[in-house]
Amino acid sequence: MTETAASAKNALELRNLNFYYGKFQGLKGVNMNIEERKVTAFIGPSGCGKSTLLRTLNRMYSLYPGQRAEGEINFYGQNILDDKQDINLLRARIGMVFQKPTPFPMSIYDNIAFGVKLYENLSKSEMDDRVEWALSKAALWNEVKDKLNQSGLSLSGGQQQRLCIARSVAVKPSVLLLDEPTSALDPISTGKVEELVHELKQDYTIAIVTHNMQQAARCSDYTAYMYLGELIEFGSTEQIFFKPTKTETEDYITGRFG
Amino acid sequence: MDFNQSLYRQRRWSNAVGLTLSMGSMALGLTVLLWILFVLFSNGFAALDWNMFTQSTPAPGTEGGGLANAIVGSLLMVGFSVLVSTPIGIFAGVYLAEYGDQSKTAEVTRFVTDIMLSAPSIVLGLFVYAIAVATMGTFSGWAGTLALSLIAVPVVVRTTENMLRLVPGSLREAAFALGAPRWKVATMVTLRAAKSGVMTGLLLAVARISGETAPLLFTALNNQFFSTDMSKPMANLPVVIFQFAMSPYDNWIRLAWGGALLITLSVLLLNIVARVFLREKTPG
Repeated sequence: MTETAASAKNALELRNLNFYYGKFQGLKGVNMNIEERKVTAFIGPSGCGKSTLLRTLNRMYSLYPGQRAEGEINFYGQNILDDKQDINLLRARIGMVFQKPTPFPMSIYDNIAFGVKLYENLSKSEMDDRVEWALSKAALWNEVKDKLNQSGLSLSGGQQQRLCIARSVAVKPSVLLLDEPTSALDPISTGKVEELVHELKQDYTIAIVTHNMQQAARCSDYTAYMYLGELIEFGSTEQIFFKPTKTETEDYITGRFG
Repeated sequence: MDFNQSLYRQRRWSNAVGLTLSMGSMALGLTVLLWILFVLFSNGFAALDWNMFTQSTPAPGTEGGGLANAIVGSLLMVGFSVLVSTPIGIFAGVYLAEYGDQSKTAEVTRFVTDIMLSAPSIVLGLFVYAIAVATMGTFSGWAGTLALSLIAVPVVVRTTENMLRLVPGSLREAAFALGAPRWKVATMVTLRAAKSGVMTGLLLAVARISGETAPLLFTALNNQFFSTDMSKPMANLPVVIFQFAMSPYDNWIRLAWGGALLITLSVLLLNIVARVFLREKTPG
């Protein structure tokens, strides 16, 4: 799996990744590559480790004592599991959007500006531009441009989730991790978020965890099927959905999984 | 279905007994409360006049007088206590909820705070008497402020911690996911989300200390004259009420009722404001 620079460049390379919640092993020897500017979907039944995997990629687990990862995760060649890795900086480069919308208790504008201010020193007009840019990227600008000073909590659920995506995009990360971003949304908002994912992959590498198989089929380039902490099968979405090589994968995808 | 008549009757009967007992307890509690309020209001409002706010406490045997010195003294000491205990309490609360979590230091701090919360206030008063009044050789407003702060700090620490813990972990994670350092997450996100709860805690602490008598008896004592010098003994409402209520003079007893009404009304007001704060759900 050596990278061929021109055709396929990997943003993230996972090598023999093991993850532990205390004594319980959540991930077992995962090896895979996440290609740059592509959408990689993670599917599998609840508790299979797909969210856990996502949370190792930005080291979210480091917030909790007792959780630890072994192996290597190379982010453009640099092992982010290394103790020397600056975690805050890493999280600014690998953004994450969660299952439930989590607007901060501040204005819509400040929600976007919060992350930007952490690492960049922008003038007022530059910041205005950045906020508009991020909100436009998240297809939210037209709905909120006249009420940027209102609380982020005043938005609807779907709008809040797009605000959270805009907030992550505003920081200009290189990878965006989406942890079941549409599971709390209605079908229309879900559609908007999916369009957004399609749009965003021009500039970003995206990893998305989803319970919705159609969603994975619709918006991803690669799909990983996980079960009980193991990566069962990984390949192009077309191959996984139409010609899965493993029977477990086929059973899950066709709904015969029991 | 076999309907069991005796089981049914037994349940109806125990229901009736339970309901009667709880209604009775409620009626008893409510009666006592209303009785207290009735006596306080009828005596207190009768005592209320403009002089109460303009004149100082009268000397024994003289007519009239007011509570101006006690009101100002109480405001000063409670005010300074708030200034002292707010930052300490909030910082400690943030430490417990955001930094310490399960650490040994946090465990110990929580334990000590709980003890301080339930410590009899007279003990805290004696403690301040021993370390401040006895060493400085005089009762003073500062000593009173210190005693009141010792009561207020644990209240603020505990409510701050509890309110921060109510902030969902997902909000914290979302802020961390943007690359924010811990102190930024604590101050900009979680403390902001818990703002109204923390304010409520502060107001309840103020309500708590504005009625405390025992710790002031040993520390600020009392002052018959109007004084804003914090290094001298200082008049305050609770101690004035304590002394005047037991006096043989009619005008003193009248002032004690007036003072009691003032304290009750202000504590009531603080509680109402605290409730309004807590209900207000949309932070700016």
